[in-house]
Amino acid sequence: MEALYATVTGFLAASGLYLALRGRTFPVVVGLTLLSYAVNLFLFSTGGLTTNGAAVIRDGVNDYADPLPQALVLTAIVIGFAMTAFSVILAMRVRGDQGSDQVNDQRGEESKEDKS
Amino acid sequence: MMHHLIALPILLPLLSGLLMLVKRDSTVLPRRAIALTSTAALLVISAALVIQSDSGEITYYALGDWQPPFGIVLVLDRLSALMVCLTAFLALGSIAYACAGDDRKGSNFHGLFQLQLMGINGAFLTGDIFNLFVFFEVLLIASYSLLMHGGGKDRTQAGFHYVALNLAGSAMFLIALGVLYGTTGTLNMADMSQKVAALGPDRLGLLKAGAFMLLVVFGLKAAILPLYFWLPRAYSSAPAPVAALFAIMTKVGIYAILRVYTLIFGGGAGELANFVQPWLWWFALATLALGGLGVLSARDLRNQVAYLILISVGTLLVGVSMNREAPIAALLYYMIHTTLVSGGLFLLADAIGEQRGKAGARIVPGRGVTQPALLGLFYFIAAVTVIGLPPLSGAIGKALLLKAALPSEQPWLWPLLLLSSFAGLVAMARSGSTVFWKAGRGDSDGPRLKPAMLAGLILLIGASPALSILAGPITRFTDASATQLLDHDAYAEAILSRNVAGGDS
Repeated sequence: MEALYATVTGFLAASGLYLALRGRTFPVVVGLTLLSYAVNLFLFSTGGLTTNGAAVIRDGVNDYADPLPQALVLTAIVIGFAMTAFSVILAMRVRGDQGSDQVNDQRGEESKEDKS
Repeated sequence: MMHHLIALPILLPLLSGLLMLVKRDSTVLPRRAIALTSTAALLVISAALVIQSDSGEITYYALGDWQPPFGIVLVLDRLSALMVCLTAFLALGSIAYACAGDDRKGSNFHGLFQLQLMGINGAFLTGDIFNLFVFFEVLLIASYSLLMHGGGKDRTQAGFHYVALNLAGSAMFLIALGVLYGTTGTLNMADMSQKVAALGPDRLGLLKAGAFMLLVVFGLKAAILPLYFWLPRAYSSAPAPVAALFAIMTKVGIYAILRVYTLIFGGGAGELANFVQPWLWWFALATLALGGLGVLSARDLRNQVAYLILISVGTLLVGVSMNREAPIAALLYYMIHTTLVSGGLFLLADAIGEQRGKAGARIVPGRGVTQPALLGLFYFIAAVTVIGLPPLSGAIGKALLLKAALPSEQPWLWPLLLLSSFAGLVAMARSGSTVFWKAGRGDSDGPRLKPAMLAGLILLIGASPALSILAGPITRFTDASATQLLDHDAYAEAILSRNVAGGDS
């Protein structure tokens, strides 16, 4: 299970990073979202991977799951969700203000093209 | 009652921020009144906290009475009290200036400003590293909206860069926290400092990776050399009162570096003791050098101030990386000075830009300002102090830092610090003479400084002469803060020893 989990997390993070480095706003937002999913999965695994483990201490139970990473992931999901919503709106605002969805300054690129 | 005082710097801005959201469409006057009252109250509370912390005792507030290391704690020591007080003072100046009309340019200015104050104060006071992340997010999301207050093409563009970078930074912060939690099994900073020291060698590599990632995140906030590229653009496109408040944002990063790498990875961390500081030293020096070049190349007053902030970040981090009592005491004094003065300079650049009409804050000959004597006087005081010429506070801070350098550090620090100050001197002299002397006559009917703007400027720029007059008591306090900060065992003991007896909150 560890190998599969690690591969999935790593693949998500790599895809997120690749998209976040693109030049248009939409892939950047999607990339950051994927990155936050990867981070959530990673945080989840920091308490050790267990299945069917109890989170609350009880008599007669020996197999425990660490509840703290779950609480952390919950917080991270809420924050990540708000941030994604904000960045989507912001990307639309940039699109409206600039007339293009380029992340970098359109005017700067034009002047570079003029020189070449 | 005195015990609950520690939570008030977070609760008060939260409550007043929420209060302002209730009646969004009302006139701006009641919101101004709430904002000014709440920030003034915050200043009083934080002054009380400074006095309380000056007893030398480290006190903590266990939220919900869950005792450390399991519950979330707010910790008050000299350093955090000092930072909260500094924030409140800076915020009061910025809000006073914003009341001259900047707050009308968009809805919710004052509400967001209070929420940002809550985030900043929380980051300074928390004793839990995950909580530090949460407060970082609170202050960031408020800053995203404040940065774009008033709208405009430049702002949305700079805003998107800022948001995307910080989201990536937050992702990295979480990964680093996951690594630290996975290796040490705790999130309480005091407890973590104990666990790190007792860790087996098989986990050291992982822990070190986590610590370095944390440094990258804090470095992004503090704007260290390879991570500073967002700063000049974001700061120079932000509205003036917001840019002034942002002067404390880089210091949040520096505070986090100072706290985490003296407490958790400080002298008591066994094999990992002080392993970050040698790296930090070179990055800080490079930041200092680049800030000097940047300040010479700036073509806009606001941009120039942004690079002056970069020089101050370099100076502060050099102090952090020396990791001894004397340099840290010097950098704390310098931090008070540079935060207030660069905040004041942003306000001043805005006031100059407004009076020059079309030329704005660009450093070109153009129409003169309407009130050359008054603005010139402010500019002169601010320039002298930010460069570090005697007798104002910048000179005291830099002299303390130069004096604190060991002979082995002097060949690097002295020339770089003095040369970057010299670059600042040349740049400020050039822009000052262009703006005030090469200008035509000012329009005598042009916009004048409103009383609120004047109040903001006097508060922030006037703080510098006050800092030099009060240098004695302030340096005594910063010396004590540095001693307390480096005594990581006392910190851990203050937080962890009382958990058996049960707190008195």
